[in-house]
Amino acid sequence: MSAIVHLRSAVALIGRFPALAGVDLDVHSGEILLLRGPNGAGKTTLLGVCAGLIGLTTGEALVLGEDLTTNRRAVRRRVGLLGHDSFLYQDLSVVENLDFWSRAAAATVADGRAALDRLGVASRLFELPVHSLSAGQRRRVSFAAMICRRPELWLLDEPHAGLDSAGRDLVDGLMAEAATSGATVLFASHELDRAEHVAHRSVTISGGVILDETPPSSETRADL
Amino acid sequence: MTTTKTQSASNLSPAPTGTGSRGTRVLGGFALVFLVIAVAYGLFISPADAQLGNTIRIIYMHVPTVMAAYMAFIITAVSSGMYLWKRTEFWDLLGSSGAEIGVLFFAVTIVDGALWGKVTWGVFWRWEPRLTTSAVLLIMYIGYLAVRAIPADPRTRATRCAIIGIVAIVNVPIVHKAVDWWRGLHQGKTVLGTIDPEMGGTQLFAMYSALIAGLLVCVWLLIHRFRAGFLAERASDLGLDQALEERRLESSPATGEDA
Amino acid sequence: MSQGGGVLSDALLVARKDLLLERRAKIGLGQVLPFAILVLLLFAFALDPDRGILKLATPGLFWVTVLFSAVLTLQRSFALEAEDGILEALRLSGMSPAGIYLGKVTALTIELLLLEAVLVLGVAVLYDTKFLGIPLLFAIALLATLGIAGAGAVYGALAARLRSRETLLPLLLLPLLAPVLIAATRGCEVSLEREAMSGWPWAALLGIFALVYLTLGSFLFRPLLEDA
Repeated sequence: MSAIVHLRSAVALIGRFPALAGVDLDVHSGEILLLRGPNGAGKTTLLGVCAGLIGLTTGEALVLGEDLTTNRRAVRRRVGLLGHDSFLYQDLSVVENLDFWSRAAAATVADGRAALDRLGVASRLFELPVHSLSAGQRRRVSFAAMICRRPELWLLDEPHAGLDSAGRDLVDGLMAEAATSGATVLFASHELDRAEHVAHRSVTISGGVILDETPPSSETRADL
Repeated sequence: MTTTKTQSASNLSPAPTGTGSRGTRVLGGFALVFLVIAVAYGLFISPADAQLGNTIRIIYMHVPTVMAAYMAFIITAVSSGMYLWKRTEFWDLLGSSGAEIGVLFFAVTIVDGALWGKVTWGVFWRWEPRLTTSAVLLIMYIGYLAVRAIPADPRTRATRCAIIGIVAIVNVPIVHKAVDWWRGLHQGKTVLGTIDPEMGGTQLFAMYSALIAGLLVCVWLLIHRFRAGFLAERASDLGLDQALEERRLESSPATGEDA
Repeated sequence: MSQGGGVLSDALLVARKDLLLERRAKIGLGQVLPFAILVLLLFAFALDPDRGILKLATPGLFWVTVLFSAVLTLQRSFALEAEDGILEALRLSGMSPAGIYLGKVTALTIELLLLEAVLVLGVAVLYDTKFLGIPLLFAIALLATLGIAGAGAVYGALAARLRSRETLLPLLLLPLLAPVLIAATRGCEVSLEREAMSGWPWAALLGIFALVYLTLGSFLFRPLLEDA
């Protein structure tokens, strides 16, 4: 059981504010880990650190075997980040966005189309500019742009936000499927009922540190 | 497993409380001595120039300030490159100190250049290549200081400034060439900003002592500015250690300020 | 370090994306171009066309108009990349920063050249300019535009995430482009036979400017994307 994410005493600053104030965290291969915590606890920053976007001030960070304190770039192609922002060009159509982002990530245009399919984005929306989509539809397109990269580590910030219940079921299914096919999922959520159901394990972050670790929930502890 | 000790970001010996040291006091002393010599020779002892008359005395000031400004900008450029390579606070602070001092000396250069112009040509400003180049460069480095003044994460701010420091210095010879060709079509070279090889004994002595004084003052200011910047950083680092403590306390319900 | 395609394919991808965005949103066509033509009109109001000043000053007015339009185009081009987390997404994509930079420069150069083409027509009609020395004019327009885009993309990216970018970008960029303005204006005057010297040294100076900033930009775009 290898650690996909391994953080020790990780301190990360946003400006001069210590968003992470000494985080210790291990996420294991094939695991679905839920990050809980109040607003401003450091969840988004933690995901950003794991994606290699935010550097550490002090501490250790190994993600997918890459040492982030020496090189933050190597890990980026191998992770998928679903953030608060859409990561989409508002004026381009759905397929134009997917074509661009899949090719930018060295995937193929076909990967992009397949991902849209997988997310249940109706083909009548394909030619519409992203700014004219509803929040839920846009979220699905962002999700598609993320999975077309075939990431080894999924980093999801509030993946259920803005989705209807069908969309949420879809997201849960995708996470479970990712974990069984060997990827690892780290996600932050406020929707604890739903999130705890799909997660193997959850940790609480508050004030920039990990507070406690909840043992694996009884029902969904599948294949670790 | 919750409370892990984090090494504080800066483990410093007792912080200095001022920007002076024995070194800078000695340096300042030398600068003062040369300034006095330069004033004495430049204003009183050396004779008026055969061609330039008394306006040569402005040149004794003009040349040192422009040299000092260029020296400061070159320091900024080198520091900018070194910052992008080494990513240390030292190079960032040195670079920004250089830009600030350089802007100061450049502003003085332009003012004394304009004064010289008023006496010599009867107008404050002519599109003389050196003056024009200086004006463009001054605005370029004011842009650097404007970016420097925008509050940001120290690394972000340092990177922005380093990039401007490099981009700006590369432009200096290009601006100069362009302005030179442009004005070269219309008028001959002027003596402003050059050391005349035929300058005689006391004139030459006044020029060189002014030059040394100018460079010493520049270095002296640079060191003090650097140290002031260093102290400012330390002040916010103290804030960082405290901020870490406060941040960790947020998680205990007793002090929880936000929900 | 990027596994999927090199700098060149990344540049093409980004350039195509930018041109596609222009085709969809038409900010250049619908806003920047009318603004540029407006500036030409304003110059005519300010400098009475009947006294011949306008004709004498045409090359300079043309390039000043291009510079102002370039600032607007750059603002737009990099505002796009700063919205919706796009900068993070670009960093995550693994594309080479030099490729992204050259792609942006390519798209900007094409957009500005098209704008200049329309402006030349505008100048010909509004200011009654006769064009001579066409090869030199072409060379100057191309090299000057490459220089504007090359230097502009560096500062455009640098200012993009700053709240004061609207005021900061012109302050940073216009002094940097001073030699481009001088060289392009003089070069055009030569080709319009207002100056009795060869125009090619000016073209060479523009070429050096473009080369220097394209090289510099390719190297500086990584720290720019990562930390600025």
